[in-house]
Amino acid sequence: MKNKFILLSALAIGFASCEPEFDKEVNADYTAGEADFSSYVAIGNSLTAGYMDGTVSKGSQMNSYPNLLAQQFALVGGGAFEQPSYADDVNNLGGLMLGGNPISTTRLVIDASQGRPENIAGVPTIEVSQLQQKAYNNMGVPGAKSFHLIAPGYGNLAGVAIGAANPYFVRHATSSSAMVLGDAMTKAPTFFTNWIGSNDVLSYATNGGATSDGNTAAADHNSTGNLNPATYGGNDITNSNVFTSVYSQIINTLTSNPNTKGVVCTIPSVTSIPYFTTVPFAPLSPTALGGSANINALNAALYNNLDAIFTAFGEPNRVNPLTATGANPLLITDVDAADRTAQITGALTPTYGPVIAAEFGAAFGKCRQTTSSDLVVLPASSVIGTNNANATAAMVAAGANKNGVSYPMANKWVLTANEKAKVAAATSAYNAAIVSIANAKNTAAGFTVVAVADMNAVMNQLITGIRTESGSFYTANYFSGSATEGGVLFSLDGVHPNARGYSIIANEIIKVINREFKANLPIHNSAYFPGINIVPTN
Amino acid sequence: MRKIFSLSLMTLASFSMFAGGYRVSVQGQKQLAMGHTGVAVVNSAEVAFFNPAGMSFLDKKFNLSVGGNALFAKSRFQNSQYNWQASTDNLGTPFSLYATYKIADWVSAGLAVYTPYGSSVEWDKNWQGAHLVNNIELQAIFIQPTVSFKIEDKFSIGGGPIFAMGSVNFNRNITPNPLLENSNVTLDAKGINATGYNVGFMFKPMEEITLGVDYRSEIIMEARGGSAKYERNAIANLNPAFTDGTFDADLPLPAEITAGISYKPCDKWLFAFDYNYTKWSVYEALNITIHNDNATPVVSNNLRNYKNSSTYRLGAQYKATDKFTVRAGYYFDESPVQDGYFAPETPRNDSNVYTGGFTYQVSEKLGIDFSFLYLHFDQTDNSYDYYDDPLTTTGYTSFGGTYKSTVFSPGIGITYGF
Repeated sequence: MKNKFILLSALAIGFASCEPEFDKEVNADYTAGEADFSSYVAIGNSLTAGYMDGTVSKGSQMNSYPNLLAQQFALVGGGAFEQPSYADDVNNLGGLMLGGNPISTTRLVIDASQGRPENIAGVPTIEVSQLQQKAYNNMGVPGAKSFHLIAPGYGNLAGVAIGAANPYFVRHATSSSAMVLGDAMTKAPTFFTNWIGSNDVLSYATNGGATSDGNTAAADHNSTGNLNPATYGGNDITNSNVFTSVYSQIINTLTSNPNTKGVVCTIPSVTSIPYFTTVPFAPLSPTALGGSANINALNAALYNNLDAIFTAFGEPNRVNPLTATGANPLLITDVDAADRTAQITGALTPTYGPVIAAEFGAAFGKCRQTTSSDLVVLPASSVIGTNNANATAAMVAAGANKNGVSYPMANKWVLTANEKAKVAAATSAYNAAIVSIANAKNTAAGFTVVAVADMNAVMNQLITGIRTESGSFYTANYFSGSATEGGVLFSLDGVHPNARGYSIIANEIIKVINREFKANLPIHNSAYFPGINIVPTN
Repeated sequence: MRKIFSLSLMTLASFSMFAGGYRVSVQGQKQLAMGHTGVAVVNSAEVAFFNPAGMSFLDKKFNLSVGGNALFAKSRFQNSQYNWQASTDNLGTPFSLYATYKIADWVSAGLAVYTPYGSSVEWDKNWQGAHLVNNIELQAIFIQPTVSFKIEDKFSIGGGPIFAMGSVNFNRNITPNPLLENSNVTLDAKGINATGYNVGFMFKPMEEITLGVDYRSEIIMEARGGSAKYERNAIANLNPAFTDGTFDADLPLPAEITAGISYKPCDKWLFAFDYNYTKWSVYEALNITIHNDNATPVVSNNLRNYKNSSTYRLGAQYKATDKFTVRAGYYFDESPVQDGYFAPETPRNDSNVYTGGFTYQVSEKLGIDFSFLYLHFDQTDNSYDYYDDPLTTTGYTSFGGTYKSTVFSPGIGITYGF
């Protein structure tokens, strides 16, 4: 009896302490496969730096895709992953100061009390001249084009003021003559990611194909044949042969250690990002135009005349009268349009006299209305309908001075179908180069050295929406308000993903690594990453 | 965890997740030890629960059985796709009290107080599944006055109304979206009353064999005007949908029908088999309506889609000596939770259950009962695929992984009769 009692008691205690145990620990199957993550270096531009909401901040950098990758690499032997220090961004505002003066603005947030994006209140505390002089694992430099990575002096403080150096690289370049790629190589990478090239077309696109003056056409060096990037304007499209040669040099350098492997990312079709798709080509509703009385007045004073002149010269649909029953397109300047300055001047001379007629001719000679093939850039939304400073007194008197309504918007506000085609052609040439350079490496080695992550395809999905592993459905439709905040992947600058978007990019790269290097790494659950930053008041 | 423990001791009515759904099969030490069979077993006052008709066949004029269990339930969760791990350890203390009195040979009266439903699951606050549940505590005490009539010597019927008293406390995060940080809502309702009934009949076609059938009706616990309290950050604060108020919700305690047989070949041996059928399909969804500052009531529909489930129970009793009786049992408990509806508030799948115990008869009148129970769950890969994030308009998202649970429960009770 007593023995049985003891036995049962022992049994009871035994069961009470027994733990549920899985057949396999959660990390049992994680492996680096053929890759060695002990020294991981990320090369790239703003997308790699963790840029979002118009800046890099202490907080945004934590969710850069290289940092998210490194967290997973750490599970399978990944080494320390250091990013450029943002310790001086004490209030997580982002922006940049140079010599005590702000040179870029604080991060964008939605001010809930106003219901619109604003730069978060405060003064940036990141001082470019506080040189860190240190190489980091994350060598993403916002603004860098392909050839900048091998340009000595790109991190020279003295070059910032004249636009010859990059303030972000200045902060951590190991010397004033250092190259981004050279600093990266001092980390002796065993594994790399390289996502460079977007800016070789992006700055052209975001500036509507205009140079920094906003009016003159920027150059597409695939047309000019100019192979010297030192002579390129900031918004020009890089010649694809230049891109190919630079890209080869970067990959050859990164793989100079025969054991190093990596992933290269293709360049997204930049014209699919919200920066280009948020403002519709025909944003002028009858209400916005002030109702039918105003519309009739505009037609009588301006549109009917323009339509008559263009129609007379064989372009009946270049400008049509405004309608009071539907949305109307914008009036824009298209540098590629047939120049009707003389004809407009001539037609208006009987009414206004030659001087004023010539003013109209100059302003409207290259105008047309937008079509569905044009892309209106995001910042245009705050310009449409405002007074144009270039409108002359006579135009003001005639009511012909409202941007996009009664005065053509400048070149930079619209990426026309023509300009879009140049961007698309350059992008596909770059991507073809990236893929063929990677393939050549792999063929020569007989195994995968450089895997390709098709970010172009991934970012394209953002137009139609992407459904993640957990079933969350995300789209780029991000100005629908806070009620749909959880479905948004882009940050408020309209160009860069938000933290949630970067987690999806990291996941896509992990899937490539798992597939191409026979690794097994867990992914991130994007639903647990922040999207748009909303503040109650600003 | 410590909080729950002290609360349990205080109320003696907090249970742990265990067995199918939120049903807790721990309604008597003797029968629990026999695989929780009992619809056709006449052993003690416990029969007032298992089959009220059986009260008529108890030998003694007065029978009392009182007991309680310490229920240790542990669940582990992991997901290797996202490298997640979480765990929850919970203690529950279900109890029961049964008394019967033979008024005349043909009629007996009794009282049964028991706790057949309950759940207490507390995950780490703000764990990966916090948008589904941080913690939940359901309690329900059933009080059942009972009467039984003997018809001839072979047949009896019995039954009684059930007065159920319940409470619920449920906390979860509003969304996994970090925009709201860990803003969360606590729903709390106490003093929920409902009624139902328990009826059964018993038939002894011959000396060795007893047949029984019992039906316990469905009871809907209707929480009305419970409190809904939010802990929210500055952003959640902008949304009137996340303001304090009251809530309404229904939680069904499903009907259960049991049929069974027992066989007593000699004085020393008793074998029993029970079949339970629980009509869990009544639990289609947990629909919560919150009345607060929002212009319209805030509705959260949480699909459950339970299916009716069966339990197969086997038990045996061996009277070794006059002082000492040992018992053992086994049952297979089918989970009512369907694939894709596996929510971490009731993280359970099918289980194989082993029971045992013994009675030490101190005197003719007084016996001490011991029991133990071990639930074995296979590890299971499952998910809850119907989470509707209030911050998106894009449909359901999934939360899942691998779950593994164990439940162990020692119990003690006394039997008194004369």
